Amino acid sequence: MLVQKQLILTESKLFLREPAAVFFATVLPATLLLVLGGSIPGFRDADPSMGGERVIDTQLPGMMVLLSVVTLALSTLPSALVAYREKGVLRRMSTTPVRPSALLVAQIVINAVVAVLSTALTLSLGHIVLGVPIPRQLAAFAGVFLLGSVAMFAIGLCLAAVSPNSRVVQGAGAAVMFPLLFLGGMWLPRELMPSALRVVSDITPTGAFGQALRDTMAGHAPALSHLAILLGWTLVAGFAATRMFRWE
Amino acid sequence: MAIISVHNLRKTYGEKVAVDDVSFSVKEGEIFGIVGRNGAGKTTTVECVAGLRTPSGGTIEYGTAIRDLKEQIGVQLQDCSLPDKLKVGEALALYASFYSRPADWRALLAEVGLDPGAAFAKLSGGQRQRLSIALALVGNPRVAILDELTTGLDPQARRDTWELISRVREMGVTVLLVTHFMEEVERLCDRVAVISSGRVLAVDTPDGLIARAGGEQRIVLTSTAQVTALTALPQVTGVHRDGDEVIVTGTGDLLAAVVGALPPDQLAGLRTERITFDDAFLALTGHAPG
Repeated sequence: MLVQKQLILTESKLFLREPAAVFFATVLPATLLLVLGGSIPGFRDADPSMGGERVIDTQLPGMMVLLSVVTLALSTLPSALVAYREKGVLRRMSTTPVRPSALLVAQIVINAVVAVLSTALTLSLGHIVLGVPIPRQLAAFAGVFLLGSVAMFAIGLCLAAVSPNSRVVQGAGAAVMFPLLFLGGMWLPRELMPSALRVVSDITPTGAFGQALRDTMAGHAPALSHLAILLGWTLVAGFAATRMFRWE
Repeated sequence: MAIISVHNLRKTYGEKVAVDDVSFSVKEGEIFGIVGRNGAGKTTTVECVAGLRTPSGGTIEYGTAIRDLKEQIGVQLQDCSLPDKLKVGEALALYASFYSRPADWRALLAEVGLDPGAAFAKLSGGQRQRLSIALALVGNPRVAILDELTTGLDPQARRDTWELISRVREMGVTVLLVTHFMEEVERLCDRVAVISSGRVLAVDTPDGLIARAGGEQRIVLTSTAQVTALTALPQVTGVHRDGDEVIVTGTGDLLAAVVGALPPDQLAGLRTERITFDDAFLALTGHAPG
């Protein structure tokens, strides 16, 4: 346990020394929420096309939470792991009494903690500056956040498992991330999607995650189908990642 | 007393035979070299010794000083780097925490002469290798396995690294050194195993291997005098004139015999030439090293 603590501490320092990773995962989502929510006038008015909800109520903050988790899970975490494998950091660790899986655990813990901090930062700044409502079903919101994050990190580990080098993992990360963010409703709210597109969105991890986040923020229970989809993605991606991951 | 004994080690990957039949034993406190060309099976052999790979055949026995491979064998492998922004001191403190009875990493840091605040990415090749040695020693091992340490280093950095390896032995750590530099073997190793195509060709001291390759010595002098008298000496096997130079070949204490037989003013430009480990390696393997 002491070793795990030391690893997490050291890896945290390394994480903070990468300004780009910190910016994209924490500063960007909070800043986008404040800038877009504060500058686009329609975002603060009730929108009939969204059932009378304001964009800053759940759509914008929900998508910013999604953006933060997806960036950490599909870009930051797999890039770090593949670089460690490529540079022989994992191989060097395998010569010591500590297994390289301890480094994997440290990386997951750090990225998960950053995802929580970023979400807290985004929602509290949004609440203070723009009056974004605090999620009304806070416990359900936390549960959805946990399940959705686990699903996204499992997919990220899958990416790390199949990517032979850093160039591939960055390319693959971007190739997966942008369609998933689109289908999650980042640029086109799910209410405005044609019904066929929304069905596709429903079965993607980001579509299910984004909608479940928004439901709990608005005070509704999340749809069971969305929770089932997230669980399914977790199991499939988690199984594939454990089967395919190579330490060297 | 042997701290590591390898008997008929074999390692195959599918059809590919990486190590065919390797046996040797390493005595406690020595620097034991494993020398051979690239692809000869040196790295696979030491990875098996370090417990990083499971042999396909043969056995490896360890002395009583080694109870836990990972704890008591420190390893420096090729192509293992560290995160770019990790600082030297952080790396050593972290790796020290991996072991149950670590060395004092600050003392180790002073020994290898590195700045604890320097980031890994900013280190030169020689500095990285010194850090690698320190990381291999931070667990207080009985044996350090060092794989191709000086490849790609400039001559000064190479010499500094050799000096550091000598000091590692003085600390009481047995060193298993993998190399394809013959000069490194001659400088550092007490004994050496020559490996080619996954098999051991010879295990001996560097001098012993040189002697096996033919113990003949050569003395060259720029004498104008009649040197035919030298042929009468029992140590001399041949005398040839090549322009201004006279080349005397022979065995035993050739130098003393030649110097004693010629007047001092006839010894101009005298130098001895010796068969090097390079030559011995070539004679053994039929190939140039490297």
